Amino acid sequence: MEKSKLLTAYRKMRTIRDFEERMHVEFATGGVPGFVHLYVGQEACAVGVCSQLEGNDTLLGTHRGHGHALAKGVDARRLLFEIFGRAEGLCGGNAGSCHVHDSSVRYIGANSGVGSGAAIACGVALAAKTRSDGAVAVPLIGEGAANQGVVLEAMNLASVWKLPVVFVFENNGYAEATGSDWAIAGGELWGRAAAFDMPGVAVEGHDFFAVSEAAAELIDRARKESRPAVLELRQKRFYGHFEGDAQTYRGDGEVDYLRSERDCLTIFTDRVIAEDWLTKEELAVIDEEVTTLIADIYEEVKEAALPAESRLFDNVYASPY
Amino acid sequence: MPLKTFRQAINDTLVQEMQRDVRVILIGEDIAGGTGCEGDGDAWGGPLGVTKGLISEFGPDRVLDTPISEAAFMGAAVGAAMNGLRPVVDLMFNDFVSVCFDQVCNQAAKCHYMYGGQNSVPMTIRANTGAGISTAAQHSQSLHPVFSFFPGLKVVVPTSPYEAKGLLTTAIRDDDPVIFLETKLLYDMEEDVPDESYEIPFGEANILREGGDVTIVAVGRMVHVATEASAALARKGIECEIIDPRTTSPLDTETILESVEETGRLVIVDETTPRCNFATDVSAMVAQEGFAFLKAPIRMVTAPHTPIPFAPNLEQLYMPDPAKVSAAVQQVVGYQG
Repeated sequence: MEKSKLLTAYRKMRTIRDFEERMHVEFATGGVPGFVHLYVGQEACAVGVCSQLEGNDTLLGTHRGHGHALAKGVDARRLLFEIFGRAEGLCGGNAGSCHVHDSSVRYIGANSGVGSGAAIACGVALAAKTRSDGAVAVPLIGEGAANQGVVLEAMNLASVWKLPVVFVFENNGYAEATGSDWAIAGGELWGRAAAFDMPGVAVEGHDFFAVSEAAAELIDRARKESRPAVLELRQKRFYGHFEGDAQTYRGDGEVDYLRSERDCLTIFTDRVIAEDWLTKEELAVIDEEVTTLIADIYEEVKEAALPAESRLFDNVYASPY
Repeated sequence: MPLKTFRQAINDTLVQEMQRDVRVILIGEDIAGGTGCEGDGDAWGGPLGVTKGLISEFGPDRVLDTPISEAAFMGAAVGAAMNGLRPVVDLMFNDFVSVCFDQVCNQAAKCHYMYGGQNSVPMTIRANTGAGISTAAQHSQSLHPVFSFFPGLKVVVPTSPYEAKGLLTTAIRDDDPVIFLETKLLYDMEEDVPDESYEIPFGEANILREGGDVTIVAVGRMVHVATEASAALARKGIECEIIDPRTTSPLDTETILESVEETGRLVIVDETTPRCNFATDVSAMVAQEGFAFLKAPIRMVTAPHTPIPFAPNLEQLYMPDPAKVSAAVQQVVGYQG
């Protein structure tokens, strides 16, 4: 991979990690409205996939979406402002953490019906196919959502209509507090792909290089042949379903093990240094810049203006009502 | 002006809008009918024949038959609408919204608002509605009140071929998600319909009959039920004013209130179950905004609080009819405070 791409990937993973670790602290002190679902531990999944996307490709996130948005190129400051319900947020404070959306970078926000992005992705891909611009749509889908009928319907439709959709299943071990090995018959989501006449691949989600290589092949095929595919990424989250989750369903020492043995940032750093692709100094510069960015935006957001009360009535309809 | 059926008026509108705008595509089950079969690939045009001939004219890239996957194709329509296409989705029976409620009422309705106005969702959802052909409890409902509940949706219930053409043209050209409900019993109704395209604006009621004694508000086929009742009532010296709001969302409250101010009496006819429906909505609005105009309590003529029965005699009993409307009108006219 080109050096500039490696640097970008590292910067994104580091930004997500720091953004989310700080969010964990801020949530505990009560400054964040609503629910937040943290992406810590899964950074290599979205960043690995997005390393293979081009500007006109669309990513559809989930409720655990701060990392998805940042990986697709959403501005961290305006993302944070949205999560805090501020006027300058990406959606003016109408979306919040779960639904944040940024059409300027082709990032589509999540839905409360958690598998629904799979179907929307089919329409995004249909529009791309109509334009013949080679763009692909990539819905990220939690392994819990993968058991919703709409996801299976969407996989079938994408295959029948021959759409360039790569369904990426993020298998983080838990659907809220229910174990994925129990909830998924057969245990493997990638294996469902064959039934829908598409290729399916599973890789370890803590390995940026494994994710990006697998994504490259499937996205390239989708782009060239206008056919769907499945990519399953396996990596447990480091925090709870949402902030405030006591996580008593976890095994003893599980999070300690994840943090010491399956931390995508450590694994990435060790690899790029061992291979002489990047230097410690180059990574340290990024670390420092990200630290400053996160500190600045978290300081700024608390003073940021709330949406004007008139905003309650804006954007209900796009045309006169 | 040529005589056309309600079905033909809709078909004509789809053809004209697809010719006018390449972004307009059709999505639905069997809207061509015959896809993937050995025989005619334009076999059905939907189960009721409304989209017959369109795949032959526009091809499979613009007339997309689907697997039986309402959630997937409705969601796909939302995604396509946010990305430059203008899908017209045929849901077939409006009852089938039960398997794509998330896509219609959470996504289509709310994306523009939730995303702070970044993406509009210009899609039209066509669906047939109403009882009367013994299709029982899961194929016969009138769900306009359900859709009208949701901010972000617009809801159209046309009453005739002329109205259907103008309102569907407006729906397809509108930048918001529009629910377009076609009453099954009206598909064969004939009327003079211009060949050229025209729009009928949303939120502007049509006064079908003027009269000074009672205001009757109704949508869809219930307008014809009210009209039939009003003819008999006129012979008894009772003059009804019949208002068809055309769209239940937006709702032309002004025209309704102006009429009630003149007549002082209101009957609402709605082929739905009696709770939380279009009739209760109009009734509440007039009670709140026009109480001083009223000379008698408002009467609502609706179906009973039951699922829709299959047996033809019970189904007839279920639906509002001219006799029930006439009785309600005479009750309000005869009211002695």
